[in-house]
Amino acid sequence: MLTLHCPNCGVDADETDLHAEGEAHLKRYGPGSSDDEFHDYLFQRQNPKGVHFERWKHVFGCGKYFHAARCTATLEVFGTYSAQTLEPTQAIKDAISAKRPGWSWGDIS
Amino acid sequence: MSNAVSTLQGKVAAGEVTVREGGLRGMITLRGDLASSKLKSVCKSLTGFAIPDMGKAASKGDKGIAWMSPDELLVLVPQGETASALEKIAKAMKGQHYLAENVSDARTHIIVEGSFAREVIAKLAPVDLHPTALRPGDFRRSRLGQVAAAFWMTDADTFRVICFRSVGDYAFKLLSVSAAKGGEVGYF
Repeated sequence: MLTLHCPNCGVDADETDLHAEGEAHLKRYGPGSSDDEFHDYLFQRQNPKGVHFERWKHVFGCGKYFHAARCTATLEVFGTYSAQTLEPTQAIKDAISAKRPGWSWGDIS
Repeated sequence: MSNAVSTLQGKVAAGEVTVREGGLRGMITLRGDLASSKLKSVCKSLTGFAIPDMGKAASKGDKGIAWMSPDELLVLVPQGETASALEKIAKAMKGQHYLAENVSDARTHIIVEGSFAREVIAKLAPVDLHPTALRPGDFRRSRLGQVAAAFWMTDADTFRVICFRSVGDYAFKLLSVSAAKGGEVGYF
C-alpha cells in the first residue's frame, strides 16, 4: 500500500483515499501539431522500472491534484510536490539523486 | 417552504459508544480565496470563529467552520439561518470571485460519542487516529468504509461525522456495527 503526503492539505493519505491520474509532466499537442506529435501525446507513455513521476488526485480528501516521484520497482516514495509545475522541484531531484545516482526520466534528470 | 426532514429522523444506536443522527444542520459550502479579508470577516460574523488553519475545524453548538481544501470552507449555521447567512455572504463578497451554496439537504450529520469512539472511526477510515495524531479541533476528509465522509472531534470522546445524504443510512449502519457491544479493540 502506498501512503502519499498531499502537499495541498498536509495529510498523509492512504492509497485508497487517492486516485491515480497517470503520467506527470505531459506536454500537450493539440490543433496545429503534427499527427505524430498528437499520437505520441495521446498514446505514448513511459513505463519505467525505477524512478517515475505521476499525477495523483486526493479524491476522498481535498479533491486537489499533486505530483509524486516514486520508484515503480520498490514502491519507495521520493517525495510529492505541487501540481502547478512543469517539472519536479530541485529538492525532489536531489532526493532521487541521493538514492538512485544517474537516474533519468524522459528529458528530466 | 417545504418541511425539511433529516435523513434518519434522529435515529439512535445506544451503547457504550452511542451513534446518533445529529439532525438538521445548516451547511454552506464556501469557496474562494481564503486569504481575502472580506471572506475572513464574513466567516467570523456568521460563525464567531476565524477561518481555521489547514486541516482544522472550530465549532460550538450549531455554529462552526471547517477547512475543506485550500480554497474551500464548510460553514455551519443553525438550520433556520442558512438563507440569511447566504444573503450576508453575497452582500459581503459582492464583486469578488467566490461560490456559496446551501448544501444542508445534501448532507447527513452523525454524532459518535463514548469511551472508544476513536476506535469506532479507526476501524472504518484509512486515517491515523492515534491520540497524538488526531486531536480535538482537527478536521479530516476521508472515507468511511466505501463512502466519502469527513469527521472532526469536539472533545476527546466525541466525533462528528458528515457524509452525503444518499449514503447516510449506510454510514449510520456502518458506524453502529463498529460501535456495537464488544467492539472495543483496546489499541489506543
